Amino acid sequence: MVPVSYFLMLSAALFGLGVVGFVFKRNIITLFMCIELMLNAVNLAFIAFSRMLGQLDGQVFVFFVIVVAAAEAAVGLAIVILIARNRKSLNVERVDSMKL
Amino acid sequence: MHVQMLMFFVLAALAIGGAVNLIVQRHPIHSSLSLIVVMVALAGEYLLLGSEFIAAVQIIVYAGAIMVLFVFVIMLLNAGVEERTHASRMAQYVGLPMAVLLVVELVWSIRRGSAALPVQVSGTVSTSQLATLLFRGFVFPFELTSVLILVAIIGALVLAKREP
Amino acid sequence: MNALFAAHPLVLVSLVKIIVLLLLLMTALAYLTWFERKVVAHIQARWGPYRVGPHGLLQPVADGIKFLFKEDLSPAGADKFVFVLAPFLTFSLAISTIALIPFGPMDITIFGQRTPLQVANVSIGLLFLFALSSIGVYGVALAGWASNSKYSLLGGLRSTAQMVSYELTLTLSVVGVLLMAGTLNFREIIEAQGGSAWGFLHWNLFARPFPQLLGFICFFTAAIAETNRLPFDLPEAEGELGAGFHTEYSSFKFAMFFIGEYSSMVTVSCLATILFFGGWLSPFPVAHNWSWTLYIPAAGFIIAGVAILAYGVRYSTIFGRILMPVVGLAVAGLGALFLRPEAIEFVQGPFWFLLKVAIFLFIYVWVRGTLPRFRYDQLMALGWKVLFPLALANVILTSLAVAARP
Repeated sequence: MVPVSYFLMLSAALFGLGVVGFVFKRNIITLFMCIELMLNAVNLAFIAFSRMLGQLDGQVFVFFVIVVAAAEAAVGLAIVILIARNRKSLNVERVDSMKL
Repeated sequence: MHVQMLMFFVLAALAIGGAVNLIVQRHPIHSSLSLIVVMVALAGEYLLLGSEFIAAVQIIVYAGAIMVLFVFVIMLLNAGVEERTHASRMAQYVGLPMAVLLVVELVWSIRRGSAALPVQVSGTVSTSQLATLLFRGFVFPFELTSVLILVAIIGALVLAKREP
Repeated sequence: MNALFAAHPLVLVSLVKIIVLLLLLMTALAYLTWFERKVVAHIQARWGPYRVGPHGLLQPVADGIKFLFKEDLSPAGADKFVFVLAPFLTFSLAISTIALIPFGPMDITIFGQRTPLQVANVSIGLLFLFALSSIGVYGVALAGWASNSKYSLLGGLRSTAQMVSYELTLTLSVVGVLLMAGTLNFREIIEAQGGSAWGFLHWNLFARPFPQLLGFICFFTAAIAETNRLPFDLPEAEGELGAGFHTEYSSFKFAMFFIGEYSSMVTVSCLATILFFGGWLSPFPVAHNWSWTLYIPAAGFIIAGVAILAYGVRYSTIFGRILMPVVGLAVAGLGALFLRPEAIEFVQGPFWFLLKVAIFLFIYVWVRGTLPRFRYDQLMALGWKVLFPLALANVILTSLAVAARP
């Protein structure tokens, strides 16, 4: 049996890598993907805790996280398409002024 | 058990390798492929933890639909290789140590508290148990997510529509 | 050998099953291409492959050799890794879905281990099958993108959008079956259709509480669209977009796309028989005065073998006069083998299952030879505005019927 703390450490490592990617990368879509990576890490922690405590609430919550991530990806990518159309670039540093 | 530890480490190595590759690759399509690898590895981890339904849902929805959306947008916008600018180097000097500090702190606190964690239950979760909990205990959030999805559909349509 | 198998039973028995299944599947897929070309040709009032071996029976062998020896080009500026990954992804995922399909109810004994006629009996088998096919969408999208050509990219994007849209209808149309069976496991779904008094009337297509006719129509239409076959094959049609997303692929990589497409056809046909047509169940009731139906597989094979033998001895070429009687004798011999008492029970399940799968493959090819192609906007309108509401209506009606059952 794999100890629960191993899963939690994997989740922490993935979350940290997501943060590192979010800080490093300049492409908007890659930033979005790092956010998804962080959400996945949190999902793993939820499932690990749910199995540890023997309750299913964690898994239901993961279900909702996946649904919300889907909705967020749809709207976020629509915004990314708009930015690319208006700024002609996917570099997040070009989107740094409030007026168009 | 021996096989389970081996499977855990193989899948964990895949997940971490995919996440590192996500950061290291310069073209967004390669990053998205790495993220798909991470998601499939995590689905394997969920299987190890006994939740087969969530593993299947992760692959169908996350890796099979959300990431398809990402790949679609990358191909549509013809995203190219990332450029290196001055500000990104600045972020490295401050951001990387902070992130490493975050991970070290999390791992340290987990190790410190791991003795107090109860022993894990074994066996797999049946889909009907999960469904009963979802549709009886959590029916209100469930209906709310359907409204959320409707709002997201309308929002995405309105935002991405080309003005005639 | 027995001791080796006893030490690691699960792994080695699975390995043997996988190897046998792969060999049989590859041969079946090769001859599926021959079958398709012959049937489409006869629909179009011509012969089809005729010269390479008697009645073109060696055509798949010739095609295989051709694919191996053709020059393997890759376009300039293509992303090498993704270019190679795309056909590999399509091929491997399409082939792996066959591992979940059960072929018969009885266990066989491999090297002393009793094991079911299925590589992996997963308790949520149906969901995993959909998971594998939803990742298969990437093969198409990445192939279109990696070819670095605008026709391929457009074809790839269109095909991806089509597959994602029809995947929704595909998964929704089987929810009625799941509501009636109460499980996601293939074996249990088939066993729930096994009411012996009625035979084929107890299959999910006609079953109480709600016959799944609407579900089956939505499922099969969505499946044809999902596998990119005519009438839904605009993204890969020759002459429309220069063969679409696999324009730039040649030789073995193109063969992998081809095999992947046929393999997903086979998977979907297996799914349709399992979910709606009773899987391995015989259409006749399993009662005492129906026991003569147990001899139908043997009788069918023997008659077919004798017919091929009689036709082959008067064939025009010498090679045909040798090969076809040999094939006929082999088929008749197999039929005689089925008459043995220990084989007669065992062969029922796989025979009916494979017969139904063959009928569905014939319907696939028949539809391809007959119907014209949909335009892309008609295709998407059909998927979203017609099939998806129909599948949803099927779910609502089935759940009402199931809930009203006492």
